[in-house]
Amino acid sequence: MKVAVVRFPGSNCDLDVLYVLRNVLKVDANLVWHRSFSHNDFDAVFLPGGFSYGDYLRAGAIASHSPSLPTVRKMAEEGKPILGICNGFQILIEAGLLPGALLRNSCLRFVCKWVSLVAENDRTAFTQLLQRGSILRMPVAHHEGRYVNDEEGLRELEENGRVVFRYVDESGKATEAANPNSSMNNIAGICNKEGNVLGLMPHPERASEPILDPCGKTDGLLLFRSMLEFLRSR
Amino acid sequence: MRSFIVEAVIENKPLAKDPEGETVYRDLITKSGYEAVRGVRSGKYLRLTVEAKDADEARDLVSKMFNDLRIFNPVVHSCRITVRMNVE
Repeated sequence: MKVAVVRFPGSNCDLDVLYVLRNVLKVDANLVWHRSFSHNDFDAVFLPGGFSYGDYLRAGAIASHSPSLPTVRKMAEEGKPILGICNGFQILIEAGLLPGALLRNSCLRFVCKWVSLVAENDRTAFTQLLQRGSILRMPVAHHEGRYVNDEEGLRELEENGRVVFRYVDESGKATEAANPNSSMNNIAGICNKEGNVLGLMPHPERASEPILDPCGKTDGLLLFRSMLEFLRSR
Repeated sequence: MRSFIVEAVIENKPLAKDPEGETVYRDLITKSGYEAVRGVRSGKYLRLTVEAKDADEARDLVSKMFNDLRIFNPVVHSCRITVRMNVE
């Protein structure tokens, strides 16, 4: 089992993801420059957070034309797990692998804080070990994370269980106050129809060791472990 | 071939809130007493210099390129393109 972490010019969470895979989970993981990424070698791929190409035009817009994206798309079609975290989520959206748009936070500020999320789909490649309805804590750190889609697009996501994570308060309610960027329907993460491509704004890699979490938890690690479980059962 | 300036303005469709435009309108313009201004939408402006045989060809080329490269996200953005002769 071999996992790729794709580095774009401007990625800055790539080493954190790599650390969790290699040091916490003892997975064979490689950091791969986006221009030399080949799917034949890998079983799964992570698109990490950061500011690829300086967020010019729109966050993720230029990276979505990287020569690595056709490879990512092919892996997605083969059912391999693809996780886009923060800027990685923005890249998946801009590449059309996930629907909708991620626009500037309504507060017009970069938001960096811990948030609570409810897991609404426990059947994706990255959520198999989660219980539907369970509440996780992870940090967000972004300026363009406000999820927007048209009425039909939102309905399609909601009716097919493709909203995987939603911002909630500590009691599990999807309130306006719990929504750090005014995402429509408090959406924090969505998946493709098949459930092997997931994008989310919160950072699971920053919630994967007790020392990183003010509460000493490792909720983010569940996404990584779920992916390993998914790969073992494939 | 002639040279044209193609200007593109990309802005959020009404379904996507425009907090920047709203803030400029509410906290700067309105509070400064410019009551005749009834609204602001912010956007992104791109100015391209294009070689083409005429204005229509320049517009078509840019329109196609914008769609091919997804310069705007059609789910949430509208894009208005204007063309003029390059006299610079």
